[in-house]
Amino acid sequence: MRFNPTDANAPRAPWWLTTLAIGGIFFLHFPIIMVALYAFNTEESAFSFPLQGFTFRWFIAASERSDLLEAVWLSIKIALIATVSALVLGTMAAAALYRRNFFGKEAITLVLILPIALPGIVTGIALLSAFRLADIETGFWTIAIGHATFCVVVIYNNVVARLRRSAYSLIEASMDLGADGWQTFRYVLLPQLATSLLAGAVLAFALSFDEIIVTTFTAGQQQTLPIWLLNQLGRPRDVPVTNVVALGIMLLTTLPILLAWRLTQGTEDTAGASK
Amino acid sequence: MHIAVEFQQVSRHFGGVRAVDEVSVQIMDGEFFSMLGPSGSGKTTCLRLIAGFEQASAGAIFIHGVSAQGLPPYRRDVNTVFQDYALFPHMNILDNVAYGLKVKGIGQAERYRQAEAALDMVALGGFGARKPGQMSGGQRQRVALARALVNQPRVLLLDEPLGALDLKLREQMQSELKALQKQLGITFIYVTHDQGEALSMSDRVAVFNQGKIEQIDTPKMLYSQPKTVFVADFVGTANVIRGALAEQITGAAQAFAVRPEQIRLGASTSEPQINGQVADIHYLGASSRLALQVSSGERVWVTLANDSAVIPAIGSALTVHWPKHSMVLLNETAS
Amino acid sequence: MSSPTQFPNQWMPLRRLSDLFWRQPKLLLLVLLLPPLAWFGIVYLGSLLALLWQSFYTFDDFTMAVTQQLTLANYQALFDAANYDVVLRTFVMACAVTLASAILGFPIAYYMARYAKGWQKGAMYVAVMLPMWASYIVKAYAWTVILAKGGVVYWFYNQLGLSSVIDALLALPSIGGNSLSTSNLGRFTVFTYIWLPFMILPIQASIERIPANLIQASADLGATPRQTFSTVILPLAFPGVVAGSIFTFSLTLGDYIIPQLIGPSGLYIGTMVYTMQGSIGNIPLAAAFTVVPVLIIALYLTIARRLGAFDAL
Repeated sequence: MRFNPTDANAPRAPWWLTTLAIGGIFFLHFPIIMVALYAFNTEESAFSFPLQGFTFRWFIAASERSDLLEAVWLSIKIALIATVSALVLGTMAAAALYRRNFFGKEAITLVLILPIALPGIVTGIALLSAFRLADIETGFWTIAIGHATFCVVVIYNNVVARLRRSAYSLIEASMDLGADGWQTFRYVLLPQLATSLLAGAVLAFALSFDEIIVTTFTAGQQQTLPIWLLNQLGRPRDVPVTNVVALGIMLLTTLPILLAWRLTQGTEDTAGASK
Repeated sequence: MHIAVEFQQVSRHFGGVRAVDEVSVQIMDGEFFSMLGPSGSGKTTCLRLIAGFEQASAGAIFIHGVSAQGLPPYRRDVNTVFQDYALFPHMNILDNVAYGLKVKGIGQAERYRQAEAALDMVALGGFGARKPGQMSGGQRQRVALARALVNQPRVLLLDEPLGALDLKLREQMQSELKALQKQLGITFIYVTHDQGEALSMSDRVAVFNQGKIEQIDTPKMLYSQPKTVFVADFVGTANVIRGALAEQITGAAQAFAVRPEQIRLGASTSEPQINGQVADIHYLGASSRLALQVSSGERVWVTLANDSAVIPAIGSALTVHWPKHSMVLLNETAS
Repeated sequence: MSSPTQFPNQWMPLRRLSDLFWRQPKLLLLVLLLPPLAWFGIVYLGSLLALLWQSFYTFDDFTMAVTQQLTLANYQALFDAANYDVVLRTFVMACAVTLASAILGFPIAYYMARYAKGWQKGAMYVAVMLPMWASYIVKAYAWTVILAKGGVVYWFYNQLGLSSVIDALLALPSIGGNSLSTSNLGRFTVFTYIWLPFMILPIQASIERIPANLIQASADLGATPRQTFSTVILPLAFPGVVAGSIFTFSLTLGDYIIPQLIGPSGLYIGTMVYTMQGSIGNIPLAAAFTVVPVLIIALYLTIARRLGAFDAL
């Protein structure tokens, strides 16, 4: 039996602990609230508080910036390519590794995790130096390759968790009833994995969409949205548009996690617990 | 009579472990055949070898005369009822039962008709729209049965199918399964660790121990004429007497078994007998079981009907005897 | 099984392939593993090894060119006072951030695991997960807004009449600076904020795993709640703290965006690497620098493994 917090006679938290917990949660959300507020601020070039006034003007201004729209489009394209590649590679790795034990399995798992376990700067400069050695010009595809590399583990974790929980006898039952490997994959395995694949894909998309550390090394002249934002920070004139974009990115990275959380609800997969 | 499944010197090794060790057996067409043994004795692995979930390390398996070598499960005319039922959680009951027909490419209308008929056969007509999660354990068990039988296999494999059910339901399902097998006339291969279950349902039983078969026989012969110490011990309760005491009684150094219910109170001049002291008495309702401590160290169990004799008191000295013909000479292991 | 009949939707080649994989499970394993292994082996490990190799190349300070002559000079250079300072500065910050995250994160995780009930539990989980996944760059940007002169923090202290507190804090050596956003205090705050959720979740998971009957048994044996906490809960939650610290430590060690945006001008390992490979083009020294966090983290992971942190991940 595990600790059951819904127990009616569970102890009540002391007031100071409740205060610390609520305070901590507030601390975690405070900057997010601030970003949301400043997006509607009328002030043009500073961050003074209290806010000066309320306007939607900057949303329109932002939508007219072609450099911004290009950055958004680039980020979406890269996130899609990275997610699809990671889905294929991560699912294959999960299917190969979840049940069998063989020599070198630990090492393979470690390698999959390495891109998010090592500081992004190591991955970034390693990729960059390799691209330079191989005489590959950095740009769209080099960004996508980098992103796919660290997205694989997100898919892998989600799929492995689901596979470990679903009974292997389902696969045997399917084959026993006359389905070959392909039919078993299509009719039994894929429906079982569907939500974990979707959750993984959504997380991978968010991870790629937001990535900046590896991207600055592999991007060459390309500007993904986070890089666009980073470059904006040196330009006080553009503060209002920057605020709007910040809110937009914030929403695009947090909504997927809500979706992924819902998809894995009631199962023991922990979506995103390993960003 | 045709042979449904034949094992010729079949072994299955997992690393250094011999899960199945040179097993040979012939299972007849239309037979209710049980594989009985403790967990890890190799009985489930044998079943999985027939189903095609495992491949033999050595030896040959024939299913209706055709070598199973290299045949994946979906190319074998056998179906399995799994211990955990293995119903597909994302499909409703009807789709679960129709699955085997679907992957064979049978049209929807026809496969639903057959699936409904199979559900009727296990008394679950009208449950087709439910999901497995909404069914009780007993119901899921019947669905698993219908899902296997709808494919009209010539051999049905059952892997401890009643293990998860409570006692009452288990007894009811035992008689239903037996009746179903009679009605369909197909071979049932039934894996269980419950000797009572194996004895009550089977035409023949194979007793497994450490990857080998100790004895294959009818339930009656298994009980009355066990060949090895293990079988005597595992099937029913038996007093297995070895060594000096055995030699003293039989005149040979071979182990023998005698069932507790064959033992009578009192001395006898013509039958084998033993003296001892009553060490313990277990009251079992219709009968009592009495432990007799023999001076050489063995304990002999004696079953006494509660309506007949006076039950001796704990600590009292007692002499018991048994008919000579109820003694069975045993080998230590299967030859 | 007399003669295997073929049905319409059992496409033969696929079934043949399926047969093959059933007979040769290792072949299936190989087919499944080959693409991910090839990708990671070539793209990722290849890059890492290439980087390691280049850390032995020679960089000519006069011509600003890299030659393939192998040397240990780059590693020697790490021990130059200036470079050594960079490593030390980053290391101290990583330790401070890890410590602060553990102190801040523990009560939150403890509350989540032990006191949050029903919907509250789910809500708190999302409330920690959401800021963790919210865009990193936007969070960093948000802090430049918050800590700006005239921004909300300054406003808050002014309202309370405590602006002298900020001045006093900023006057302190080593953590102070001209303003909040150019002080080490500000940088430390932002680092702690950004990596805090990575500390909370593993601690919460490890406390959650403590069986209820263990706590009841402790109480039953006469321990006060305080004793139960220090003798049962804390030791069992510790692997969670270590697991969380892997993230906070490693992420701080390798970060190079936050040191650019907030805090004083001194370089960090990350900014150093970025500068070396970028404007100067000294990839060999940059490569040698990246070996430092990798080694520190490898060492840290070895210790963490000993402390049982991997079970808490």
